[in-house]
Amino acid sequence: MTHANDPTDLIREKALWMRRRAFQMVYESRLGHPGGDFSAIDIMATLYFGVMQYDAARPDWAERDRFIMSKGHATGALYTVLCAAGYFPEDWLPTYMQPRSMLNGHPNRNYLPGVETNTGPLGHGFPVALGIAIAGQMSGQAFRTFVLTGDGEQQEGSNWEAALNAGHRKLENLTLIIDRNRLQQGAGTEETIGLDPLDDKYRAFGWHVEMVDGHDVASLHRLLSASPKGRGKPLCVIANTVKGKGVSFMENKASWHHGVPNAAQFAQAMEELV
Amino acid sequence: MAAPTQTAAGLSDCRNAWAKTLADLARADDRIVAVVNDSVGSSKLDAFAKEFPDRLINVGIAEQVMVGVSAGLANGGKVPFVSAASCFLTGRALEQVKADIAYANFNVKLVGQSSGVAYGELGATHHSIEDFAWLRPLTNLIVIAPADAWETAEAVKWAAGHDGPVYLRLSRMPVPDLVVENRVFRPGKAELLQQGSDVTLIGAGTTSHIALAAAQVLAAKGVSARVLNMATINPLDDAAVLAAADETRAIVTVEEASVRGGLGGAVAELITANRPVPLERVGFPGFVVTGSADWLFAEYGLTADNIAARAIAGLERAKR
Repeated sequence: MTHANDPTDLIREKALWMRRRAFQMVYESRLGHPGGDFSAIDIMATLYFGVMQYDAARPDWAERDRFIMSKGHATGALYTVLCAAGYFPEDWLPTYMQPRSMLNGHPNRNYLPGVETNTGPLGHGFPVALGIAIAGQMSGQAFRTFVLTGDGEQQEGSNWEAALNAGHRKLENLTLIIDRNRLQQGAGTEETIGLDPLDDKYRAFGWHVEMVDGHDVASLHRLLSASPKGRGKPLCVIANTVKGKGVSFMENKASWHHGVPNAAQFAQAMEELV
Repeated sequence: MAAPTQTAAGLSDCRNAWAKTLADLARADDRIVAVVNDSVGSSKLDAFAKEFPDRLINVGIAEQVMVGVSAGLANGGKVPFVSAASCFLTGRALEQVKADIAYANFNVKLVGQSSGVAYGELGATHHSIEDFAWLRPLTNLIVIAPADAWETAEAVKWAAGHDGPVYLRLSRMPVPDLVVENRVFRPGKAELLQQGSDVTLIGAGTTSHIALAAAQVLAAKGVSARVLNMATINPLDDAAVLAAADETRAIVTVEEASVRGGLGGAVAELITANRPVPLERVGFPGFVVTGSADWLFAEYGLTADNIAARAIAGLERAKR
């Protein structure tokens, strides 16, 4: 049971369902990016079931809050949250990455309701989210724009063009969430191209920065649902996460960036995800 | 402030037509916004910036975010016109143009300024002779190169009303007005500038004027040339090209662009698969040396005399 003031039980319930369902999609299609799905799922469940204003029956409602999945490869997380939010029926999920499926390896807004823009190449979602936030500010609309990037994705220079612009414009209606799982596809971010101190970098670009445990849905909810009015700056949430969170053999393993489980692993994951 | 639209010599800088038309459209439709990479002056948008200071978004010298932001503005209900030098707009931000605009199919208008070799002396970094080749294959993206001030204004108006991505390839080079009776702008359709029966000359943008001049040279030699102004490069007017292949014996394409993959490439793809006739492609072979735009046109054969000579060469090949 949930009630309006404290949606955290609902968020946890949805996140659990998303993890189970996303892993099944990867298992059945033999494709996907489960590690990055699982680090992002608690953040996305919090947004869709505790923070954002939207109407799945009207995906083009002009006043909707927007969520942009800049780390477009994490479609296991995106498609399960959109499905759970009611944008499309569950029987679409088994088509994941099958020929002519609307559930591409990377999201396409022209196929799938609820997808705000096409992503996949890294460093694209953040500039688009910036444009949406500018449009909202120009029109005096109250909607908020949330964009989720990976942490390795922050190595793309286009993000820093966007960060500079958002800071300059003091866009308080824009929230950037960085899924800070500290791993990219082959190794740790710090041994590849170091990002720390990421918080100082965003502060220097004119952002208000918050650090949070990206699996603590109560903290995420408190932080993300707070009104941005009067802050006078865009918000950067550095969500410290665990790649593969929730399945013991996947946690903190770079190899599960695009790993696919065998039957025994799938069964074990289903036992753990309860 | 009304900028003069014609120079003393009767030639127009089409940027004036672009800027005036955009301001006219913006007065009638508050969804229209301009996005620039610090390119206000080179886009002739100073007056627009004064009249609509809140509707001109200057992202700074940052082309990737410029194009990404425009996709977001479209998501938020705006109709953005992104105006920047073609070389940077289409080259630096090519992946954003592909993924955020064409593939995502957002209602964004990309306006390439100073296209081709307009920045002649500045060198190949500042030339945009590859844009036809790398934008033409992008699904959903309509590519238009207007030839004169009237066509520029009409293309901007049409783009504003079209729900989908458009690339307008504008020039800063002074051009005369094309003289066409009862002229109507038809996107996707070739404009017949002159009827002819021996050879067809196809131009786009600045080169339509040279093609017309070449037809005069050919007429003096007794050769009847058809001249088409192919403003829309993508999608190509297949019917007009196939009719030219049927009804004349050779085709010459003339473009202020690389001869690889642009207008000439599009015509070659079409006719080789359907009605093979000799095709001569006039344009630039690749990176060009430094010189003024006028000098480069002469040096690389974008001249009436050379086009006429290439037409005659094509007709000779047709006899074999």
